[in-house]
Amino acid sequence: MARFVLAVAIAIALVFPLVFSGAFYERVAALTLLYAIAASAWNLIGGYAGQVSVGHVVFFGCGAYGAAVAYSEWGLPPIAGLPLGVGAAVLLAALVGVPTLRLSGHYFTMATVALAELIRILVGNVPVLGAAVGLMGPAVPRSVWDLSFTSSLPYYYLFLAVLAGLLLFTWWMERSRMGFYLRAIKGSERAARSLGIPVGRYKLYALMLSAGFTAVAGALYLVMVGFVDPDSGVGILLSVKMLIMAALGGAGTLFGPLIGALILVPLEEISNSLLGGQGSGVTFVVYGGIILLIAVFQPGGILAMVAGWWRKS
Amino acid sequence: MSPILLQVIVGGLLLGAVYALFSSGLTLIWGMMNVVNFAHGDFVMLAMYVAFWTWAIIGGGPLLFTPLAAFALAVLGVVVYFGVVKPVMGGPMLAQMLGTFGLALFLRYSAFWAFTANFRTLPEDMIPGSFVVGGVRFEAAKVVAGIVALLLTIGLHLLLTKTRLGSRMLAVSEDRQAAMLMGIRPDRMQAIAWALAAGATGVAGALIATFFYVSPTVGETLAVIAFVVVSLGGFGSVPGALVAGLLIGVIESLSAFWIGAVYKDVLVYALFLVVLWVRPQGLFGKL
Repeated sequence: MARFVLAVAIAIALVFPLVFSGAFYERVAALTLLYAIAASAWNLIGGYAGQVSVGHVVFFGCGAYGAAVAYSEWGLPPIAGLPLGVGAAVLLAALVGVPTLRLSGHYFTMATVALAELIRILVGNVPVLGAAVGLMGPAVPRSVWDLSFTSSLPYYYLFLAVLAGLLLFTWWMERSRMGFYLRAIKGSERAARSLGIPVGRYKLYALMLSAGFTAVAGALYLVMVGFVDPDSGVGILLSVKMLIMAALGGAGTLFGPLIGALILVPLEEISNSLLGGQGSGVTFVVYGGIILLIAVFQPGGILAMVAGWWRKS
Repeated sequence: MSPILLQVIVGGLLLGAVYALFSSGLTLIWGMMNVVNFAHGDFVMLAMYVAFWTWAIIGGGPLLFTPLAAFALAVLGVVVYFGVVKPVMGGPMLAQMLGTFGLALFLRYSAFWAFTANFRTLPEDMIPGSFVVGGVRFEAAKVVAGIVALLLTIGLHLLLTKTRLGSRMLAVSEDRQAAMLMGIRPDRMQAIAWALAAGATGVAGALIATFFYVSPTVGETLAVIAFVVVSLGGFGSVPGALVAGLLIGVIESLSAFWIGAVYKDVLVYALFLVVLWVRPQGLFGKL
């Protein structure tokens, strides 16, 4: 049954943009996948390990700015900046993770808030990173490696492949020793420690992996959108999006973040295109309301809710 | 010491007293029930709007809008306790954080929607005048804000440590079951803690509004400052919040003076990360 649902979902994902063609649909579909990648990456630390990060946008920004700098400084194709971005993200993750992951979860969350604010101010004042103005990717593609396409369709399939890779990795991790360790840590840190699990080390691994994949999403964002500034690259609201997508679908489940993205990204794009610039403020009121309702009534997210109905019927 | 430097330090201390007051609300909630209120900065923001609108609509001054803000926020605190915090307290940590975090977003962007993104300011002569002592110029608004904040923070500490109510609240935070057996109602005590914490935050917000701009996102910056103050002072410690608040106020003023206003927050956040590395329990706290 589960296998059948999965096969149908993959088939739909492959043909979707061919059936619903048109620039708007293709763009929304590609963005949905991009956010699904970021939310699934957040899920590794926030969902599986249960350490809530509100500063993941910093890692996203590492990827986006890494790609942008590869072009603006060295004239390389933006995607060549990917290793730089991922490296910077993993390094920052270690910097904030080593001291805070030894402590209770609230410290980690607050440290990520402070890190995000710190980096946002720094980025806004560093000329190499475009300061408050931001950086552009190549305006006209110089070779196929610039990955600059007028249609969103190539991005859709690129993102689909990356997302599939990330989900496969997550699936494998769930079943590995690390997956069991992380679930034990999330269940009870003290119990996990008394069973001999190196708690701090595994939380740090989860954070570094999560940061690396989030940076990949950031680099892909720059490749597609071709522009990054402090608001779009390191603004705290993007962290919130990752968090809420994962929580809405089901944090700590394989497909939860994807389901959250499938609901929220189209919702936001549609509300933006209907309400114009005023849309985003209202969108975040709705986001806040949704998070609040999830927390109070269904901390497991939509997947837990569906599983509950399944068992009842 | 040169008069300019002295001026900067005095300014920092006065600002720091206000930081201490709104941070003690955060630390009180943490000490009572191990919950971090991520909407704390937005509580300050709402209090600032209460002050602004009281002035703009009925022309009330600080003597009217400060108690009004305290009352409005205390009510909000109780509503938040019963509506959001109590249902998620027993749940997983993710739910606890999402609860107050969702509330923060909801309040912040509702304010955006209701009050627009415009920066608003109270007139500068709300608390008029300034005086010079020993070469240092004191602005009345900041002196009043600083002294009121200092007295209230000390008062809050005395309330917690010297009164029956304080003992009962501490009893609940030590051991909920045992407190119940002694005839203390935990729900009532925790609701009172939220009312006190939010009320103190309300006073702080109203005081800040007399010399600082009001905007829907002003709480974002203030919340991070409160986190820094609370973690530097030690979670749950009101005296810690007081010392750390004064310290952060002075550090911020000095760094604005020496390296520029843009980077003053950078230094404070960096200090926060350093504290987490070297002394995570803070100055006065236990881990």
